[in-house]
Amino acid sequence: MNVVVCIKQVPDPEIPPAQFKVDEVARAVVPPPSVAPVMNGYDAHALEAALRLKERHGGTVTALSLGPPSAREVLKRALAMGADRACHVDDPVLYDADSWLAAAALARAIYRIGGESGRSGQNGQYGYDLILCGRQASDTDAGQVGLGIAAFLSLPALSPVQQVEVIENGRLRVERLTEEGYQVIDVRLPALLAVSSEIGEPRYPPLRGIMAASRAQIPMWTAADLPPLGRKDDGDWPPLARKLRLQRLYQERREAACEHVQGESPADAGRALADRLRQVGVI
Amino acid sequence: MGTVLVVAEAQPRHAGNMPALAPISYELLGAARRLGGDDVVAVLSGTEVRPLAGELAAHGAAQVYVADDPALADYVAETYLPVVEQAICHAQPSLVLLGQTANGRELAARLAFRLGCGLVTDCTRLAVNAGTLVMTKPVHGGSAIAEYVAEAPAALQMATLRPRAFEPAGRVGAKPAAIVGLEVPAAVVAQAAERTRVIETVRQVSSGPRLKDARIVVAGGRGVGSAADWHLVAELAAALGGAVGATRAVTDAGWAPPSLQVGLTGATVTPDLYVAVGISGAVQHIAGCAGARTIVAINRDPNANIFKHARFGVVADYRQVLPALARRIAELRGD
Ligand SMILES: Cc1cc2nc3c(=O)[nH]c(=O)nc-3n(C[C@H](O)[C@H](O)[C@H](O)COP(=O)(O)OP(=O)(O)OC[C@H]3O[C@@H](n4cnc5c(N)ncnc54)[C@H](O)[C@@H]3O)c2cc1C
Ligand SMILES: Nc1ncnc2c1ncn2[C@@H]1O[C@H](COP(=O)(O)O)[C@@H](O)[C@H]1O
Repeated sequence: MNVVVCIKQVPDPEIPPAQFKVDEVARAVVPPPSVAPVMNGYDAHALEAALRLKERHGGTVTALSLGPPSAREVLKRALAMGADRACHVDDPVLYDADSWLAAAALARAIYRIGGESGRSGQNGQYGYDLILCGRQASDTDAGQVGLGIAAFLSLPALSPVQQVEVIENGRLRVERLTEEGYQVIDVRLPALLAVSSEIGEPRYPPLRGIMAASRAQIPMWTAADLPPLGRKDDGDWPPLARKLRLQRLYQERREAACEHVQGESPADAGRALADRLRQVGVI
Repeated sequence: MGTVLVVAEAQPRHAGNMPALAPISYELLGAARRLGGDDVVAVLSGTEVRPLAGELAAHGAAQVYVADDPALADYVAETYLPVVEQAICHAQPSLVLLGQTANGRELAARLAFRLGCGLVTDCTRLAVNAGTLVMTKPVHGGSAIAEYVAEAPAALQMATLRPRAFEPAGRVGAKPAAIVGLEVPAAVVAQAAERTRVIETVRQVSSGPRLKDARIVVAGGRGVGSAADWHLVAELAAALGGAVGATRAVTDAGWAPPSLQVGLTGATVTPDLYVAVGISGAVQHIAGCAGARTIVAINRDPNANIFKHARFGVVADYRQVLPALARRIAELRGD
């Protein structure tokens, strides 16, 4: 099973609210200097799912990231965790991509990865069997790019996914979260799955993985390296263009004044809280 | 603004419940009417959903497209997509609105990329400013707010709406419903089954009121400490007649099923009372409960962010607070 995992580098989502700052003129987040960007959380879960599939069924895991030079850090981390290779797409024309542009660039990169793999996936012509993404990036909170890649490559896609198992060659048993539980779905490969945190904790990279990854050569492709490599089976390749424009980015401060209910003991405070809630008519 | 098409949702069906629209459908219609005036149409897919077409019309849809087919019993994008595409083809809307629900988020993105149009997910505000549609959504978990417009004038735009962020549509009085039935071609069903076939649907809901509709929610976080202590949260919920909610830390740890998760990637709730037990108040969690009328926090860390959102708080170990709180509530409610 050959798996491609799309991994984005994002500002640390755990930046404390008091330190989170926006530059309204630049329409950009100003990360606090002491907090380094990280691998998007759900992408780490997607990578974990890919590594587990590889451990059970063999094959390869390729990590793919679109972003500025610093994005190589998340690719190194992916290699350290156990990915076989990594690809970095970096071109200023692709910076501040909206969902459409990111998906169009990544779909082209995946097409190229598939063509170059020299192996074919279980399904012959593709060179990959499965594409995994995170269910959403913690900066855009969009949840679109994975499903966009699937549309561009004409693949079945499911989101958000909490479990993946191989049932037979060319088919997976996937659990997709719903509002009241989950669906068990039989999916044919190749396919795209957008993975959620329920899949399980991502592993920590072992020390020897970190050492090896620090020496790894990671190819870098620009937009010019991502031409359609052949005719897409159905329809034309989507343009490397944007659909949306960010017109304004700002912060909202909305803080309630909290009334602390106290008592002689915690139990006493609990009783006092009940009385107070009754007094104001909440219960 | 031209025609606005609303992709409505029905409540999930299970033994015994009557067909009904999901609350998001009314919110979508409300938002659409504020933008599109009378030029609002709706589409609904599922099984035994035809009786709900009149309800959509009564809340402002001038035309209702219905695909009522046993093949649509389970939502899968592969079968629902062609239905919405048919409705779009027929109604020629300039804006398509879906819910930021489990199914709406998936369907919207699949659709937007197929149709080649821009999509903003999880909108909390839509406004027309000098003829331009401005779509506002929280980003970075809710730490910032972004306003998007189309990069270039486009014939079609799409957005998904965060549940509970838009005022639901009221009844518009008796309006004759123009109902158009849509078919799902057998070939589409066959192809869909080959690509993605639903084998089983598993429900994991707790007893008591449904989390999303409950007037009172008691939610527990990592601070609850262990699965073995989770019953303390459930007992407080029972004393209040409320639903149980959880943070992602809890559902990831398996102390509660994912369907109980409140937040950006879980349920959005707007109860009268939201009791947060052992919850730090991360932005991504607050995203799902900020609309509660009163938030009460019990946390042993006086600096926890949750106290910035709470109206009442107790700084203490929840283990000592909850049993006494639950008993006192039972006493008060008993009189
Ligand atoms: C893209 C993205 C999406 C996310 N979506 C969601 C989402 O939908 N919902 C969600 O909840 N999270 C979500 N998260 C995760 C979120 O960022 C936080 O990690 C999570 O909400 C923390 O959960 P918690 O408050 O239970 O745990 P913690 O942050 O660990 O807080 C535990 C709290 O319990 C207190 N405590 C400990 N012991 C006790 C005790 N004995 N008595 C009283 N208090 C005690 C501590 O003081 C602490 O404040 C998301 C994150 C990302 C990046
Ligand atoms: N620049 C990027 N590089 C690699 N993967 C990305 C990038 N942007 C988005 N993705 C993938 O698409 C998912 C959804 O992103 P989004 O639609 O922005 O929420 C992420 O979890 C990643 O798996």
